[in-house]
Amino acid sequence: MLHVTLQQGGASINPNNVRLRINGSEVAVPEGTTILKAAALNGVEIPTLCEIEGLTPYGGCRLCIVEVSGTSKLFPACTTPAAQGMEVTTQSPKLYEYRKMVLQTLLAERTHICAVCVANEHCELQANANNHGVDHVMYERNWSCESIDSSHEFLVIDRNRCILCTRCIRVCDQIEGAHTLDLKFRSKSTNVIMDQDQNWGQAMSCTSCRKCAKVCPVGAIYIENENIEFTKDRDIAAFLSKRRRRSR
Amino acid sequence: MKQLKLDDLNKIVDQELEFGQAYNYRINVCCSTSCVSLGSLKVLKAFEDAIKEFGVENECKVARTGCIGACSVGPTVLIEPGDYAYSNVTPEKVRQIVRDHIVLDLPIRDMLYESGTFFQKQHRLVLRNAGKIDPGRIQDYICVGGYGALCKVLTNMAPQGVINEVLASGLRGRGGAGFPTGQKWRLVARAVNTPKYIVANLDEGDPGVYANRSLAEADPHAIIEGMLIAAYAVGAEKGYIYIRSEYPLAVQTLQKALAQAKAMSLLGSNVFETPFKFDIELRLGAGAFVAGEETAILASVEGKRAMPRPRPPYPANMGLWGKPTLIQNVETLANIPLIVQNGSAWFAKTGMTKCSGTKCFSLTGKIANPGIIEVPMGMSLREVVFDIGGGVPGGKQFKAVLIGGPSGGCLPEQLLETAIDYDSLLKVGAIMGSGGIVVLDEDDCMVDTARYFTEFCVDESCGRCTPCRAGLPRMLEVFNRITHGQGELTDIGTLEKASVFIRDVSLCGLGQTAPNPVITTLRYFKNEYISHITEHKCEAGKCYTSRYNKEEPA
Amino acid sequence: MSSEKARLATMWFYGCSGCHMSFLDLDERLVDLAKVATLVHSPIVDIKHFPPDVALTLIEGAVANVEQVETLREVRKRTKLLVSLGDCAVTGNVTALRNAWEHGDRAVLERAYADPSNLNAQIPNLVPKLLDYARPLHEIVKIDHYIPGCPPNADQIYYVVGELLAGRQPVMEGRSKYG
Ligand SMILES: Cc1cc2nc3c(=O)[nH]c(=O)nc-3n(C[C@H](O)[C@H](O)[C@H](O)COP(=O)(O)O)c2cc1C
Ligand code: SF4
Ligand code: SF4
Ligand code: SF4
Ligand code: FES
Repeated sequence: MLHVTLQQGGASINPNNVRLRINGSEVAVPEGTTILKAAALNGVEIPTLCEIEGLTPYGGCRLCIVEVSGTSKLFPACTTPAAQGMEVTTQSPKLYEYRKMVLQTLLAERTHICAVCVANEHCELQANANNHGVDHVMYERNWSCESIDSSHEFLVIDRNRCILCTRCIRVCDQIEGAHTLDLKFRSKSTNVIMDQDQNWGQAMSCTSCRKCAKVCPVGAIYIENENIEFTKDRDIAAFLSKRRRRSR
Repeated sequence: MKQLKLDDLNKIVDQELEFGQAYNYRINVCCSTSCVSLGSLKVLKAFEDAIKEFGVENECKVARTGCIGACSVGPTVLIEPGDYAYSNVTPEKVRQIVRDHIVLDLPIRDMLYESGTFFQKQHRLVLRNAGKIDPGRIQDYICVGGYGALCKVLTNMAPQGVINEVLASGLRGRGGAGFPTGQKWRLVARAVNTPKYIVANLDEGDPGVYANRSLAEADPHAIIEGMLIAAYAVGAEKGYIYIRSEYPLAVQTLQKALAQAKAMSLLGSNVFETPFKFDIELRLGAGAFVAGEETAILASVEGKRAMPRPRPPYPANMGLWGKPTLIQNVETLANIPLIVQNGSAWFAKTGMTKCSGTKCFSLTGKIANPGIIEVPMGMSLREVVFDIGGGVPGGKQFKAVLIGGPSGGCLPEQLLETAIDYDSLLKVGAIMGSGGIVVLDEDDCMVDTARYFTEFCVDESCGRCTPCRAGLPRMLEVFNRITHGQGELTDIGTLEKASVFIRDVSLCGLGQTAPNPVITTLRYFKNEYISHITEHKCEAGKCYTSRYNKEEPA
Repeated sequence: MSSEKARLATMWFYGCSGCHMSFLDLDERLVDLAKVATLVHSPIVDIKHFPPDVALTLIEGAVANVEQVETLREVRKRTKLLVSLGDCAVTGNVTALRNAWEHGDRAVLERAYADPSNLNAQIPNLVPKLLDYARPLHEIVKIDHYIPGCPPNADQIYYVVGELLAGRQPVMEGRSKYG
């Protein structure tokens, strides 16, 4: 039964193992497992931002890129399935440099001022930047002035801190089933919206379940007057989807 | 409804020929988007009136056709036999043309398109019928052998045989990446899931490129026949032609063509009295560049936000609604009937060994003969720019050629010997793209050009991945500083670092190729960057270069 | 290291002085530091002009007016190594909160002086002209090292200063800390 719980979403379940090498050590995982999970099962940690267990992978943040031998292309570990004979490298000077640039680019994209942010010290972007030694941003920063919506009874979104990872959108759609949240526009104007771009307080489909605030990796969605340490819960999606599968 | 048979096709051909033989002349008036905008519908009407006036309506046929490619000198009129191309035809000139050319049989040399070797050096396979048949009449297409290839594969070939033929032809995708078409078909054919789908890509979002539109407006049935053959080969049941809604005439032309094909049972079930069935639907896009990307197009056809997704899984296994899907550019598809009819060996004779056939381009910019051209693979850029395009007009100095649209590369004079094929272009930092060639002269600033295309990609980024969505705008800011005379030499390093990062880390082709103009201009025209930064000078006079004062920003 | 002590300086621009507090949090380690370095200029030392030939300068705060731009350029000429100390110097931080909303000198001053007062509102004309944006130091001059943090803690400062004075390259991985 082991591999059943490892499988995510609707991927077909196949007991066949694939063998691959991660950072030189040989590992075997059930077919359909992502490189990220294959690595995690074997004690290799790959940094992530948009990925969260229990939801479909998104492949947007690009923090989890890895090298695969035989091609110069880089692959996101969170979406790429492990394949027979693959040789994966998760750490290299090049990857490290690119990951630092991903983090710098995210910090430069919108107005991140950690000192006055609700998520200070509980933020995945900040933690990753600290761990990667991102001690400054090479670009001029963009001082965004996106809208802040506090019209909901207790949920608040400050889009100036949003990294567009879509965790909130996916949890709202895939776990809560409300699909209140989605994206509007493209390029730098991309933003998370509620229903047909209503204020959150007027978004009829929102069930106020708080899951979006729980999974938001940064200080973009939070609960008013609640300590963010108590709000954040990275495991909520995995926990609920596992429970539901069992009860079915 | 009665099913069409090969005999019926032949019957139509005979009828049409008989009908055509009654005429000594055929006057083809281009009614493509650009000629229509220049007034070709009035010209068409004037011809119809004039032949009546001269009483030659039984001797010559006036036809409404697609584009012959000389878009800058429209409206164009092609008179057969002899392929006399009249340019800049106005309703006023029509009487004289009919009188001299038709009645007196004296072509008017002065009014003919003076193109040098514009036509001679081209090799028209895909555009074989462009400007010669009426895209609104399926009979015209059948008369030039149309749907014969379909009949041949349905009655005489096994699907695998068709795939082998396409494999052997060496045809590669014309939509940009150049993936071998036969291999793609084999992947889809082998995929186990059903039903299977085909998507014909007519999104064509690159600014200034309109070769696919031109093809659809001139010869829609070639695309449809290509799709039908592909469907038979891979076992697909349903096809979509994804076309941007900014192409109303092409949409209309395709709609009409689909209706005619349906009426003749070329679409639907039991085509040519075989068990084969296939249907095609049009899907209109809202005109985002990124919607042409293969996974984004799938999302858009499904009615979702046109946003690319990571591959694998590849569309050949998991495409539309999770089913195996073949995505093919329309120009690629238009090659298929030719390959089937004439054989792969015949096809492979054109072009190069590793890269056979031809490629259509829209040739624009500072060039004497802009328009739609089709050249054999392997022709040098110099031949395209100077022999076909006629070089830079007005005695100006050639500076660079941008090939591959907003994500292509800017190549300088010394690289003009580069052959046009996927691999040679890649080697010098450009790409084939979907077929845009823009010629730049001494009045164009390379820094400003790179800035312009960066700005385009900033606006067109779908917003999914970090490097493209958040990285490209930072590059644009650096460009804006440089072109406003506020740059610093360290900015060149920032651009270099950022462009490599965006190229390597982005999710889809848009981000991966967006830095190409920056990378190539930095490689071949670095001195322009330096003079902008250190001397606040723009040779071409495009950029505003006042002395910047950081303390007091404007 | 030569027997001569290294010339050390600190400065502040638009910051809250918290970074300097953290510097003072070195506590008894300040004595160690004094063995190898002399403090030649600092807000806590009463010297008006920035001296020449400084080995290492730590600057707190973002650059937000024209005068600071001049000073910073001058400091850059007179110091061998320049370190951005704290988030305001590194990113703009709290000083840059105005960047997203108030553009230009007038708007900021009005918000600060005119809006809150209800009697005789006036904007003083003594303050140097503000920049449109508060900027981190490295957008104006070259910076050799960064110590992010709001404020950075004393250990970080001690480590970086110690490494730099010893002629080594500090490694920031895991040591840098935004916020
Ligand atoms: C940003 C982007 C835009 C694209 N636009 C088009 C397009 O407009 N038309 C097209 O045929 N292919 C386009 N492509 C290429 C398609 O992804 C795909 O490779 C192609 O349609 C496959 O067909 P082919 O093999 O016949 O070339 C685009 C790719 C990218 C990355
Ligand atoms: S969201 Fe994270 S990185 Fe952004 S300001 Fe808040 S703590 Fe800092
Ligand atoms: S609000 Fe939070 S969870 Fe939602 S997209 Fe933005 S950063 Fe991600
Ligand atoms: S590269 Fe650009 S267009 Fe492609 S997925 Fe990323 S953000 Fe979207
Ligand atoms: S975690 Fe894989 S791309 Fe974001």
